[in-house]
Amino acid sequence: MKAKFLIPLLLFAILVGFLAVGLNRDPHEVPSPLIGKQAPAFELSQLADPKKTFSPESMKGKPWILNVWASWCVACREEHPVLVELGKLQVAPIIGLDYKDKREDAMAMLARQGNPYLLSAFDANGRVGIDYGVYGVPETYVIDKAGVIRFKHIGPITMELLNQKIIPLLGELQ
Amino acid sequence: MPKRIFLSFIFALATVGLFGLAFAKDAVPLADDPVTEQRLIVISEEMRCLVCQNESLAGSRSDLANDLRREIRILIKEGKTDEQIRSFMVERYGDFVLYRPPVKPITWLLWIGPFVILLAGIIGLMIYLRRRNQSVPSTTLSEEDNRRIDALLKDTKSSSTENTHD
Repeated sequence: MKAKFLIPLLLFAILVGFLAVGLNRDPHEVPSPLIGKQAPAFELSQLADPKKTFSPESMKGKPWILNVWASWCVACREEHPVLVELGKLQVAPIIGLDYKDKREDAMAMLARQGNPYLLSAFDANGRVGIDYGVYGVPETYVIDKAGVIRFKHIGPITMELLNQKIIPLLGELQ
Repeated sequence: MPKRIFLSFIFALATVGLFGLAFAKDAVPLADDPVTEQRLIVISEEMRCLVCQNESLAGSRSDLANDLRREIRILIKEGKTDEQIRSFMVERYGDFVLYRPPVKPITWLLWIGPFVILLAGIIGLMIYLRRRNQSVPSTTLSEEDNRRIDALLKDTKSSSTENTHD
């Protein structure tokens, strides 16, 4: 019965535990239901050349990265050098999905900051973005040989994330 | 002088007009028929906007919410049922978009958690009250006690009447 005074302390510790977990979680990172599913099919014109099209079907047989970006998105500008770095490593092709953008603005951004993309698909009205469950640009997907989405990251990718998660995952998928 | 006042009046009107234009541009087109719009509101009020998570899809002014409302309008026009529209959203954004997620193992805690806590509270309270009842022995008052009570009561009565006289 002497331990009775410990009860409030225990309750307090439980409360602190819940709050600590809550504080360290980003409520904007909603787990995507698309992981483990086939990447949605689409066909869009390419950013650099409107006459050419791109479809994820053409990437079958090798793992690749789909990066959703836009010239109006500030976090994308922040992320861009990391993508350029990743592009230099040549671990996997990076395909851009230019989301609700203007062609000339997007081209200007690539000219200014470098172009890490094999090519970018041009999603003018954001319809393909909806199929991929995009709600906060930039978003990055890792897609395997069979066209299944294996990983999704919301927000700018960092060097740590690249080294700890994305590059090892791509190694496994090769 | 009156000319200057007139000019500033015109200027003020023009400014108001410009603001009006700016707001008019923001207005989102409604579907042509009120039936579609009504269904859209009913469906999207039950959904969370992913950009501003405290707002419903019906109430949010974010770009994504506009786009998603546009998609839902198209689905309604295609004759999709409410259930089909809901699964369209869940397939893309997960159960998180629904304000009332389906009851399944992963959401059990969410749905029954509050009731479990309530039940635990009631049980705890019952145990506590029962124990306290047992620990306080009931006593009977002696003659002496009764006399003291009477004396005290009389005392307070007389003192309170005195107080009112003051």
